[in-house]
Amino acid sequence: MTAALKIDNLNVFYGDSHVVRDINFELQDRESIAIMGRNGMGKTTLLKALIGLLPVRSGSVTLGGQVITSAESHERVIAGMGYVPQGREIFPYLTVRENILAAMQISKTRTIPPFVYDVFPVLEEMQTRRGGNLSGGQQQQLAIARALVSNPKVLVLDEPTEGIQPSIIREIAKALNHLKAELNFALVVSEQVLGFTMEIADRFLIMEKGEFVYEDNREDVDTDKIHAYLTI
Amino acid sequence: MFALQAFTGLSVFSILMLMALGLAIVFGLMGVINMAHGELMAMGAYATYGTSVLFEAYFPSLMSIYFIVGVVLAFFATSVFGYFLERSLIQFLYKRPLDTMLATWGVGLILQQLYRQFINPRPVEVPTASWLQGVWQVSEDVSFPMSRIFIVGLAFLTATLVYLFLYRTRRGLLIRAVTQNRGMSGAIGINQKRVDAYTFALGCGLAGIAGSSFTMLASTAPDTGQAYIVDTFIVVVFGGVESLLGTIMSAFFIGQMQTWFEFYLSGSMARAGILLLVIAVLYFRPNGLFATKVRR
Repeated sequence: MTAALKIDNLNVFYGDSHVVRDINFELQDRESIAIMGRNGMGKTTLLKALIGLLPVRSGSVTLGGQVITSAESHERVIAGMGYVPQGREIFPYLTVRENILAAMQISKTRTIPPFVYDVFPVLEEMQTRRGGNLSGGQQQQLAIARALVSNPKVLVLDEPTEGIQPSIIREIAKALNHLKAELNFALVVSEQVLGFTMEIADRFLIMEKGEFVYEDNREDVDTDKIHAYLTI
Repeated sequence: MFALQAFTGLSVFSILMLMALGLAIVFGLMGVINMAHGELMAMGAYATYGTSVLFEAYFPSLMSIYFIVGVVLAFFATSVFGYFLERSLIQFLYKRPLDTMLATWGVGLILQQLYRQFINPRPVEVPTASWLQGVWQVSEDVSFPMSRIFIVGLAFLTATLVYLFLYRTRRGLLIRAVTQNRGMSGAIGINQKRVDAYTFALGCGLAGIAGSSFTMLASTAPDTGQAYIVDTFIVVVFGGVESLLGTIMSAFFIGQMQTWFEFYLSGSMARAGILLLVIAVLYFRPNGLFATKVRR
Protein backbone atom coordinates (compact mmCIF):
# COMPACT_ATOMS: atom_id res chain seq x y z
CA MET A 1 0.00 0.00 0.00
CA THR A 2 1.38 3.41 -0.89
CA ALA A 3 1.38 6.02 1.84
CA ALA A 4 -0.76 9.14 1.42
CA LEU A 5 2.36 11.21 1.97
CA LYS A 6 5.96 10.12 2.18
CA ILE A 7 8.87 12.37 3.09
CA ASP A 8 12.43 11.10 2.57
CA ASN A 9 15.58 12.77 3.91
CA LEU A 10 14.15 16.23 3.45
CA ASN A 11 16.49 19.19 3.86
CA VAL A 12 15.29 22.76 3.62
CA PHE A 13 17.33 25.92 3.96
CA TYR A 14 16.16 29.39 4.77
CA GLY A 15 18.87 31.48 3.15
CA ASP A 16 22.05 30.08 4.68
CA SER A 17 20.50 28.49 7.71
CA HIS A 18 19.76 24.81 7.61
CA VAL A 19 16.25 24.72 9.06
CA VAL A 20 14.86 21.28 8.24
CA ARG A 21 17.41 18.48 8.70
CA ASP A 22 17.00 15.03 7.19
CA ILE A 23 13.33 14.68 8.00
CA ASN A 24 11.62 11.35 7.27
CA PHE A 25 8.02 10.41 7.86
CA GLU A 26 5.12 8.58 6.33
CA LEU A 27 1.46 9.41 6.60
CA GLN A 28 -1.12 6.69 5.92
CA ASP A 29 -4.51 7.30 4.36
CA ARG A 30 -6.86 9.02 6.81
CA GLU A 31 -4.17 9.15 9.44
CA SER A 32 -3.50 12.38 11.25
CA ILE A 33 -0.21 13.41 12.73
CA ALA A 34 0.72 16.38 14.87
CA ILE A 35 4.13 17.97 14.53
CA MET A 36 4.81 19.82 17.74
CA GLY A 37 7.59 22.04 18.91
CA ARG A 38 8.41 25.52 20.09
CA ASN A 39 8.75 28.54 17.83
CA GLY A 40 11.69 28.49 15.47
CA MET A 41 12.13 24.74 15.43
CA GLY A 42 11.31 24.41 11.73
CA LYS A 43 7.65 23.37 11.73
CA THR A 44 6.40 26.10 9.43
CA THR A 45 9.42 25.76 7.14
CA LEU A 46 8.75 22.05 6.80
CA LEU A 47 5.08 22.59 5.96
CA LYS A 48 5.87 25.38 3.48
CA ALA A 49 8.27 23.05 1.74
CA LEU A 50 5.50 20.43 1.53
CA ILE A 51 3.15 22.77 -0.35
CA GLY A 52 5.95 24.21 -2.45
CA LEU A 53 6.23 27.72 -1.03
CA LEU A 54 9.86 27.02 -0.14
CA PRO A 55 12.30 25.08 -2.32
CA VAL A 56 13.73 21.80 -1.08
CA ARG A 57 17.52 21.49 -0.97
CA SER A 58 17.56 17.69 -1.02
CA GLY A 59 15.30 14.74 -0.33
CA SER A 60 11.89 13.95 -1.76
CA VAL A 61 8.18 14.46 -1.18
CA THR A 62 5.80 11.81 -2.53
CA LEU A 63 2.05 12.36 -2.51
CA GLY A 64 -0.07 9.27 -3.17
CA GLY A 65 2.78 7.67 -5.13
CA GLN A 66 3.46 10.80 -7.18
CA VAL A 67 6.80 12.55 -6.63
CA ILE A 68 6.09 16.27 -6.18
CA THR A 69 9.42 17.42 -4.76
CA SER A 70 9.91 20.19 -7.29
CA ALA A 71 6.31 20.73 -8.44
CA GLU A 72 4.71 24.19 -8.37
CA SER A 73 2.27 24.83 -5.52
CA HIS A 74 -0.81 24.67 -7.73
CA GLU A 75 0.35 21.35 -9.18
CA ARG A 76 0.59 19.98 -5.65
CA VAL A 77 -2.98 21.07 -5.00
CA ILE A 78 -4.06 19.28 -8.17
CA ALA A 79 -2.10 16.21 -6.99
CA GLY A 80 -4.19 16.26 -3.80
CA MET A 81 -2.69 18.51 -1.16
CA GLY A 82 -4.59 21.14 0.76
CA TYR A 83 -2.87 23.87 2.78
CA VAL A 84 -3.98 26.14 5.60
CA PRO A 85 -1.14 28.53 6.36
CA GLN A 86 -0.07 30.02 9.64
CA GLY A 87 -1.86 33.34 9.99
CA ARG A 88 -4.61 32.04 7.68
CA GLU A 89 -3.78 34.33 4.73
CA ILE A 90 -7.34 34.92 3.65
CA PHE A 91 -7.68 37.14 0.57
CA PRO A 92 -8.66 40.30 2.44
CA TYR A 93 -10.53 42.09 -0.35
CA LEU A 94 -12.45 39.07 -1.61
CA THR A 95 -15.76 38.17 -0.05
CA VAL A 96 -16.06 34.96 1.93
CA ARG A 97 -17.83 33.34 -1.02
CA GLU A 98 -15.18 34.54 -3.46
CA ASN A 99 -12.41 33.22 -1.20
CA ILE A 100 -13.98 29.78 -1.48
CA LEU A 101 -14.73 30.04 -5.20
CA ALA A 102 -11.15 31.07 -5.97
CA ALA A 103 -10.02 27.79 -4.44
CA MET A 104 -12.38 25.83 -6.68
CA GLN A 105 -10.36 26.64 -9.76
CA ILE A 106 -9.34 23.00 -10.15
CA SER A 107 -12.79 21.51 -9.51
CA LYS A 108 -15.24 21.15 -12.34
CA THR A 109 -18.22 22.63 -10.59
CA ARG A 110 -18.95 26.20 -9.55
CA THR A 111 -21.26 25.16 -6.73
CA ILE A 112 -19.80 25.38 -3.26
CA PRO A 113 -20.03 21.85 -1.78
CA PRO A 114 -22.70 21.58 0.96
CA PHE A 115 -20.27 20.44 3.67
CA VAL A 116 -18.76 23.95 3.81
CA TYR A 117 -21.87 25.67 5.10
CA ASP A 118 -23.03 22.61 7.05
CA VAL A 119 -19.88 22.52 9.12
CA PHE A 120 -19.21 26.27 9.19
CA PRO A 121 -22.64 27.94 9.22
CA VAL A 122 -21.01 31.26 10.11
CA LEU A 123 -19.44 31.33 6.64
CA GLU A 124 -22.88 31.20 5.05
CA GLU A 125 -24.07 34.10 7.19
CA MET A 126 -20.99 36.08 6.22
CA GLN A 127 -20.69 35.02 2.59
CA THR A 128 -20.89 38.53 1.16
CA ARG A 129 -18.52 40.06 3.73
CA ARG A 130 -14.92 40.74 2.86
CA GLY A 131 -12.50 38.13 4.15
CA GLY A 132 -10.48 40.91 5.77
CA ASN A 133 -13.43 41.92 7.94
CA LEU A 134 -13.85 38.55 9.65
CA SER A 135 -12.58 37.76 13.12
CA GLY A 136 -9.55 35.50 13.51
CA GLY A 137 -11.66 32.45 14.34
CA GLN A 138 -13.96 33.01 11.37
CA GLN A 139 -10.96 33.47 9.11
CA GLN A 140 -9.56 30.17 10.36
CA GLN A 141 -12.78 28.39 9.46
CA LEU A 142 -12.73 30.04 6.06
CA ALA A 143 -9.11 29.00 5.52
CA ILE A 144 -9.98 25.38 6.32
CA ALA A 145 -13.02 25.44 4.03
CA ARG A 146 -10.93 27.03 1.28
CA ALA A 147 -8.34 24.26 1.54
CA LEU A 148 -10.96 21.50 1.49
CA VAL A 149 -13.05 22.49 -1.54
CA SER A 150 -10.33 21.19 -3.84
CA ASN A 151 -10.96 17.77 -2.26
CA PRO A 152 -7.44 17.03 -0.98
CA LYS A 153 -6.12 13.65 0.06
CA VAL A 154 -3.75 15.29 2.53
CA LEU A 155 -4.57 18.45 4.45
CA VAL A 156 -1.65 20.44 5.84
CA LEU A 157 -2.54 22.77 8.73
CA ASP A 158 0.00 25.20 10.14
CA GLU A 159 -0.70 26.25 13.76
CA PRO A 160 -4.45 26.57 13.35
CA THR A 161 -5.01 27.63 16.97
CA GLU A 162 -2.66 30.58 16.94
CA GLY A 163 -4.49 33.65 18.20
CA ILE A 164 -7.86 31.89 18.44
CA GLN A 165 -9.99 31.87 21.59
CA PRO A 166 -10.31 28.51 23.44
CA SER A 167 -14.02 27.90 22.72
CA ILE A 168 -13.41 28.33 18.98
CA ILE A 169 -10.36 26.04 19.19
CA ARG A 170 -12.62 23.26 20.50
CA GLU A 171 -15.11 23.96 17.73
CA ILE A 172 -12.40 23.77 15.10
CA ALA A 173 -11.17 20.44 16.50
CA LYS A 174 -14.71 19.09 16.34
CA ALA A 175 -15.21 20.36 12.81
CA LEU A 176 -11.94 18.83 11.65
CA ASN A 177 -12.81 15.42 13.07
CA HIS A 178 -16.22 15.57 11.46
CA LEU A 179 -14.82 16.66 8.07
CA LYS A 180 -12.11 14.03 8.20
CA ALA A 181 -14.67 11.30 8.68
CA GLU A 182 -16.83 12.69 5.90
CA LEU A 183 -14.16 13.56 3.32
CA ASN A 184 -11.53 10.94 4.15
CA PHE A 185 -8.40 13.02 4.04
CA ALA A 186 -5.18 12.55 5.98
CA LEU A 187 -3.94 15.38 8.17
CA VAL A 188 -0.61 16.95 9.04
CA VAL A 189 -0.92 19.64 11.67
CA SER A 190 1.80 21.69 13.32
CA GLU A 191 0.89 22.90 16.79
CA GLN A 192 2.01 24.12 20.16
CA VAL A 193 -1.31 23.52 21.93
CA LEU A 194 -1.36 19.93 23.15
CA GLY A 195 -5.04 20.01 24.15
CA PHE A 196 -6.00 20.66 20.55
CA THR A 197 -3.79 17.98 19.03
CA MET A 198 -4.90 15.39 21.60
CA GLU A 199 -8.38 15.74 20.10
CA ILE A 200 -7.42 15.32 16.46
CA ALA A 201 -4.06 13.53 16.09
CA ASP A 202 -3.33 9.81 15.93
CA ARG A 203 0.39 10.23 16.17
CA PHE A 204 2.73 12.84 17.63
CA LEU A 205 6.13 13.99 16.41
CA ILE A 206 8.23 16.50 18.29
CA MET A 207 10.49 18.77 16.27
CA GLU A 208 13.59 20.34 17.79
CA LYS A 209 16.11 22.31 15.74
CA GLY A 210 14.89 20.88 12.46
CA GLU A 211 14.83 17.23 13.53
CA PHE A 212 12.27 14.84 14.98
CA VAL A 213 13.33 13.94 18.49
CA TYR A 214 10.26 12.06 19.77
CA GLU A 215 7.47 10.05 18.22
CA ASP A 216 4.48 8.27 19.72
CA ASN A 217 0.91 7.21 19.10
CA ARG A 218 -1.98 8.81 20.91
CA GLU A 219 -2.69 5.74 23.05
CA ASP A 220 0.70 5.68 24.70
CA VAL A 221 1.72 9.29 24.39
CA ASP A 222 3.64 10.75 27.31
CA THR A 223 2.01 14.17 27.73
CA ASP A 224 4.47 15.23 30.41
CA LYS A 225 7.32 14.61 28.05
CA ILE A 226 5.66 16.61 25.25
CA HIS A 227 4.98 19.44 27.68
CA ALA A 228 8.63 19.40 28.63
CA TYR A 229 9.56 19.85 24.99
CA LEU A 230 7.05 22.63 24.48
CA THR A 231 8.19 24.67 27.46
CA ILE A 232 11.70 25.84 27.82
CA MET B 1 -20.73 78.47 -19.03
CA PHE B 2 -21.11 76.00 -16.20
CA ALA B 3 -22.11 73.23 -18.59
CA LEU B 4 -19.05 73.86 -20.70
CA GLN B 5 -16.75 73.78 -17.66
CA ALA B 6 -18.36 70.62 -16.38
CA PHE B 7 -18.01 68.98 -19.77
CA THR B 8 -14.35 69.93 -19.99
CA GLY B 9 -13.90 68.43 -16.54
CA LEU B 10 -15.70 65.30 -17.68
CA SER B 11 -13.50 64.90 -20.71
CA VAL B 12 -10.30 65.47 -18.69
CA PHE B 13 -11.69 62.87 -16.29
CA SER B 14 -12.25 60.33 -19.04
CA ILE B 15 -8.76 60.86 -20.41
CA LEU B 16 -7.22 60.44 -16.95
CA MET B 17 -9.38 57.41 -16.34
CA LEU B 18 -8.38 55.78 -19.61
CA MET B 19 -4.72 56.39 -18.82
CA ALA B 20 -5.02 55.18 -15.24
CA LEU B 21 -7.07 52.01 -15.76
CA GLY B 22 -4.16 50.09 -17.23
CA LEU B 23 -1.76 51.29 -14.59
CA ALA B 24 -4.31 50.60 -11.85
CA ILE B 25 -4.05 46.96 -12.84
CA VAL B 26 -0.30 46.78 -13.47
CA PHE B 27 0.82 49.00 -10.60
CA GLY B 28 -2.25 49.14 -8.38
CA LEU B 29 -3.15 45.47 -8.37
CA MET B 30 0.10 43.75 -9.32
CA GLY B 31 2.49 46.21 -7.70
CA VAL B 32 4.72 46.46 -10.77
CA ILE B 33 6.16 49.93 -11.26
CA ASN B 34 6.12 49.87 -15.03
CA MET B 35 8.07 52.87 -16.27
CA ALA B 36 7.40 51.78 -19.85
CA HIS B 37 3.66 52.25 -19.39
CA GLY B 38 3.77 55.58 -21.25
CA GLU B 39 5.62 53.96 -24.15
CA LEU B 40 2.88 51.32 -24.26
CA MET B 41 0.36 54.12 -24.69
CA ALA B 42 2.50 55.44 -27.51
CA MET B 43 2.52 51.93 -28.94
CA GLY B 44 -1.27 51.95 -28.94
CA ALA B 45 -1.22 55.33 -30.64
CA TYR B 46 1.17 54.08 -33.31
CA ALA B 47 -0.97 50.97 -33.82
CA THR B 48 -3.88 53.28 -34.54
CA TYR B 49 -1.71 55.39 -36.82
CA GLY B 50 -0.66 52.24 -38.64
CA THR B 51 -4.29 51.22 -39.04
CA SER B 52 -5.13 54.60 -40.56
CA VAL B 53 -2.25 54.32 -43.04
CA LEU B 54 -3.36 50.81 -44.01
CA PHE B 55 -6.97 51.81 -44.42
CA GLU B 56 -6.05 54.87 -46.47
CA ALA B 57 -4.01 52.69 -48.82
CA TYR B 58 -6.25 49.65 -49.12
CA PHE B 59 -9.78 50.40 -47.93
CA PRO B 60 -10.32 54.14 -48.43
CA SER B 61 -14.07 53.56 -48.48
CA LEU B 62 -13.95 52.28 -44.91
CA MET B 63 -12.02 55.25 -43.54
CA SER B 64 -14.99 56.25 -41.41
CA ILE B 65 -14.63 53.18 -39.21
CA TYR B 66 -10.86 52.75 -39.21
CA PHE B 67 -10.67 54.24 -35.74
CA ILE B 68 -12.77 51.50 -34.17
CA VAL B 69 -10.49 48.91 -35.77
CA GLY B 70 -7.52 50.97 -34.59
CA VAL B 71 -8.64 50.87 -30.96
CA VAL B 72 -9.12 47.12 -31.05
CA LEU B 73 -5.81 46.60 -32.81
CA ALA B 74 -4.06 48.87 -30.31
CA PHE B 75 -5.45 46.74 -27.49
CA PHE B 76 -4.23 43.51 -29.04
CA ALA B 77 -0.81 44.80 -30.09
CA THR B 78 0.01 46.19 -26.64
CA SER B 79 -1.42 43.26 -24.72
CA VAL B 80 0.54 40.73 -26.79
CA PHE B 81 3.65 42.82 -26.23
CA GLY B 82 2.77 42.99 -22.51
CA TYR B 83 2.34 39.24 -22.33
CA PHE B 84 5.81 38.60 -23.69
CA LEU B 85 7.31 41.36 -21.56
CA GLU B 86 5.88 39.72 -18.45
CA ARG B 87 7.07 36.26 -19.44
CA SER B 88 10.55 37.37 -20.41
CA LEU B 89 11.31 40.03 -17.82
CA ILE B 90 8.73 41.15 -15.26
CA GLN B 91 8.01 37.71 -13.79
CA PHE B 92 11.54 37.49 -12.45
CA LEU B 93 11.30 40.84 -10.69
CA TYR B 94 8.09 40.69 -8.63
CA LYS B 95 9.86 41.01 -5.32
CA ARG B 96 12.38 43.57 -6.55
CA PRO B 97 10.61 46.89 -7.17
CA LEU B 98 13.80 48.91 -7.75
CA ASP B 99 15.08 46.49 -10.35
CA THR B 100 11.65 46.49 -11.96
CA MET B 101 11.74 50.28 -12.26
CA LEU B 102 15.17 50.24 -13.81
CA ALA B 103 14.41 47.39 -16.18
CA THR B 104 11.11 48.82 -17.38
CA TRP B 105 12.66 52.26 -17.78
CA GLY B 106 15.19 50.60 -20.05
CA VAL B 107 12.39 48.92 -21.97
CA GLY B 108 10.77 52.34 -22.35
CA LEU B 109 13.96 53.85 -23.76
CA ILE B 110 14.37 50.96 -26.18
CA LEU B 111 10.79 51.37 -27.35
CA GLN B 112 11.25 55.11 -27.86
CA GLN B 113 14.31 54.49 -29.96
CA LEU B 114 12.49 51.83 -31.98
CA TYR B 115 9.67 54.29 -32.69
CA ARG B 116 12.25 56.85 -33.78
CA GLN B 117 14.13 54.41 -35.96
CA PHE B 118 11.34 52.49 -37.60
CA ILE B 119 8.22 54.63 -37.53
CA ASN B 120 8.97 58.32 -37.62
CA PRO B 121 11.23 60.51 -35.50
CA ARG B 122 8.75 63.37 -35.97
CA PRO B 123 5.23 63.54 -34.59
CA VAL B 124 2.61 61.76 -36.66
CA GLU B 125 -1.08 62.55 -36.88
CA VAL B 126 -4.04 60.42 -37.75
CA PRO B 127 -6.92 61.63 -39.89
CA THR B 128 -10.12 62.19 -37.95
CA ALA B 129 -13.12 60.31 -39.24
CA SER B 130 -15.72 62.68 -40.63
CA TRP B 131 -18.34 61.81 -38.04
CA LEU B 132 -15.93 62.75 -35.27
CA GLN B 133 -15.10 66.15 -36.70
CA GLY B 134 -18.37 67.90 -35.98
CA VAL B 135 -19.66 69.49 -32.84
CA TRP B 136 -22.82 68.90 -30.93
CA GLN B 137 -24.55 72.24 -30.71
CA VAL B 138 -26.49 72.09 -27.47
CA SER B 139 -27.56 75.72 -27.43
CA GLU B 140 -26.38 78.92 -29.04
CA ASP B 141 -23.17 79.28 -27.09
CA VAL B 142 -22.65 75.74 -25.77
CA SER B 143 -21.21 73.13 -28.10
CA PHE B 144 -19.31 69.93 -27.46
CA PRO B 145 -16.80 68.55 -29.96
CA MET B 146 -17.77 65.06 -31.15
CA SER B 147 -14.27 63.68 -30.68
CA ARG B 148 -14.42 64.53 -26.99
CA ILE B 149 -17.84 62.98 -26.62
CA PHE B 150 -16.45 59.87 -28.28
CA ILE B 151 -13.56 59.69 -25.81
CA VAL B 152 -15.91 60.12 -22.87
CA GLY B 153 -18.03 57.27 -24.23
CA LEU B 154 -15.02 55.08 -24.89
CA ALA B 155 -13.69 55.72 -21.40
CA PHE B 156 -16.96 54.73 -19.78
CA LEU B 157 -17.32 51.66 -21.97
CA THR B 158 -13.77 50.55 -21.17
CA ALA B 159 -14.18 51.14 -17.45
CA THR B 160 -17.45 49.22 -17.41
CA LEU B 161 -15.97 46.28 -19.31
CA VAL B 162 -12.93 46.16 -17.03
CA TYR B 163 -15.18 46.28 -13.99
CA LEU B 164 -17.40 43.48 -15.28
CA PHE B 165 -14.38 41.39 -16.22
CA LEU B 166 -12.72 41.77 -12.83
CA TYR B 167 -15.80 41.42 -10.64
CA ARG B 168 -18.19 39.22 -12.57
CA THR B 169 -16.05 36.58 -14.27
CA ARG B 170 -14.09 33.63 -13.03
CA ARG B 171 -10.86 34.90 -14.56
CA GLY B 172 -11.42 38.25 -12.90
CA LEU B 173 -11.78 36.51 -9.55
CA LEU B 174 -8.49 34.68 -10.13
CA ILE B 175 -6.80 37.97 -11.00
CA ARG B 176 -8.02 39.53 -7.78
CA ALA B 177 -6.93 36.52 -5.75
CA VAL B 178 -3.44 36.38 -7.27
CA THR B 179 -2.85 40.11 -6.95
CA GLN B 180 -3.83 40.02 -3.28
CA ASN B 181 -1.63 37.10 -2.30
CA ARG B 182 0.51 35.51 -4.96
CA GLY B 183 1.97 32.69 -2.84
CA MET B 184 -1.31 31.69 -1.26
CA SER B 185 -3.06 31.61 -4.64
CA GLY B 186 -0.71 28.89 -5.75
CA ALA B 187 -1.31 27.02 -2.52
CA ILE B 188 -5.05 26.83 -3.24
CA GLY B 189 -4.53 25.55 -6.77
CA ILE B 190 -4.37 28.66 -8.95
CA ASN B 191 -1.70 28.66 -11.64
CA GLN B 192 -0.52 32.08 -10.59
CA LYS B 193 2.17 32.48 -13.23
CA ARG B 194 -0.38 32.20 -15.98
CA VAL B 195 -2.74 34.58 -14.21
CA ASP B 196 0.10 37.07 -13.70
CA ALA B 197 0.91 36.99 -17.39
CA TYR B 198 -2.58 37.70 -18.62
CA THR B 199 -3.23 40.29 -15.92
CA PHE B 200 -0.16 42.19 -17.05
CA ALA B 201 -1.23 41.77 -20.66
CA LEU B 202 -4.64 43.21 -19.81
CA GLY B 203 -3.09 46.26 -18.13
CA CYS B 204 -0.85 46.85 -21.14
CA GLY B 205 -3.79 46.43 -23.51
CA LEU B 206 -5.65 49.14 -21.62
CA ALA B 207 -2.64 51.43 -22.02
CA GLY B 208 -2.95 50.70 -25.74
CA ILE B 209 -6.61 51.76 -25.76
CA ALA B 210 -5.69 54.98 -23.94
CA GLY B 211 -2.90 55.74 -26.40
CA SER B 212 -5.18 54.99 -29.30
CA SER B 213 -7.82 57.43 -28.16
CA PHE B 214 -5.27 60.19 -27.60
CA THR B 215 -4.46 60.23 -31.28
CA MET B 216 -7.72 62.15 -31.63
CA LEU B 217 -6.52 64.91 -29.33
CA ALA B 218 -2.85 65.27 -30.18
CA SER B 219 -0.15 64.02 -32.47
CA THR B 220 2.03 61.09 -31.46
CA ALA B 221 5.79 61.38 -31.10
CA PRO B 222 8.32 58.78 -29.94
CA ASP B 223 8.49 60.41 -26.51
CA THR B 224 4.76 61.08 -26.15
CA GLY B 225 4.48 58.49 -23.42
CA GLN B 226 6.64 60.54 -21.07
CA ALA B 227 4.05 63.29 -21.03
CA TYR B 228 1.32 60.93 -19.86
CA ILE B 229 3.09 58.74 -17.39
CA VAL B 230 3.40 61.21 -14.48
CA ASP B 231 -0.29 62.11 -14.42
CA THR B 232 -1.16 58.47 -14.67
CA PHE B 233 0.88 57.55 -11.61
CA ILE B 234 -0.58 60.49 -9.68
CA VAL B 235 -4.12 59.33 -10.38
CA VAL B 236 -3.42 55.75 -9.30
CA VAL B 237 -1.52 56.66 -6.13
CA PHE B 238 -4.04 59.32 -5.15
CA GLY B 239 -6.95 56.93 -5.52
CA GLY B 240 -5.29 54.28 -3.43
CA VAL B 241 -3.65 51.26 -4.97
CA GLU B 242 -5.60 47.99 -4.87
CA SER B 243 -8.82 49.88 -5.47
CA LEU B 244 -10.15 50.15 -9.00
CA LEU B 245 -13.08 52.26 -7.91
CA GLY B 246 -10.61 54.50 -6.09
CA THR B 247 -8.73 55.02 -9.33
CA ILE B 248 -11.90 56.04 -11.12
CA MET B 249 -12.97 58.39 -8.33
CA SER B 250 -9.49 59.84 -8.20
CA ALA B 251 -9.50 60.47 -11.96
CA PHE B 252 -12.84 62.22 -11.57
CA PHE B 253 -11.61 64.32 -8.67
CA ILE B 254 -8.35 65.35 -10.31
CA GLY B 255 -10.04 65.96 -13.66
CA GLN B 256 -12.58 68.30 -12.08
CA MET B 257 -9.96 70.10 -9.99
CA GLN B 258 -7.74 70.59 -12.97
CA THR B 259 -10.56 72.16 -14.98
CA TRP B 260 -11.74 74.47 -12.23
CA PHE B 261 -8.26 75.46 -11.15
CA GLU B 262 -7.40 76.25 -14.75
CA PHE B 263 -10.53 78.31 -15.02
CA TYR B 264 -9.63 80.50 -12.06
CA LEU B 265 -5.82 80.31 -12.12
CA SER B 266 -3.21 79.88 -14.81
CA GLY B 267 -2.34 76.45 -16.21
CA SER B 268 0.88 75.96 -14.30
CA MET B 269 -0.63 77.25 -11.06
CA ALA B 270 -3.43 74.76 -11.50
CA ARG B 271 -0.90 71.93 -11.79
CA ALA B 272 0.99 73.10 -8.75
CA GLY B 273 -2.28 73.37 -6.84
CA ILE B 274 -3.27 69.83 -7.70
CA LEU B 275 0.12 68.45 -6.74
CA LEU B 276 -0.04 70.27 -3.39
CA LEU B 277 -3.48 68.89 -2.72
CA VAL B 278 -2.39 65.39 -3.65
CA ILE B 279 0.59 65.64 -1.33
CA ALA B 280 -1.62 66.91 1.49
CA VAL B 281 -4.11 64.09 1.03
CA LEU B 282 -1.38 61.45 0.89
CA TYR B 283 0.14 62.90 4.06
CA PHE B 284 -3.04 62.21 5.96
CA ARG B 285 -4.10 59.11 4.05
CA PRO B 286 -0.87 57.45 2.91
CA ASN B 287 -2.71 54.54 1.33
CA GLY B 288 -4.68 56.83 -0.92
CA LEU B 289 -7.99 58.58 -0.67
CA PHE B 290 -10.19 55.55 -1.21
CA ALA B 291 -8.21 52.75 0.42
CA THR B 292 -10.21 50.49 2.71
CA LYS B 293 -8.94 48.96 5.90
CA VAL B 294 -9.10 45.21 6.38
CA ARG B 295 -7.63 42.62 8.72
CA ARG B 296 -4.89 40.74 6.93
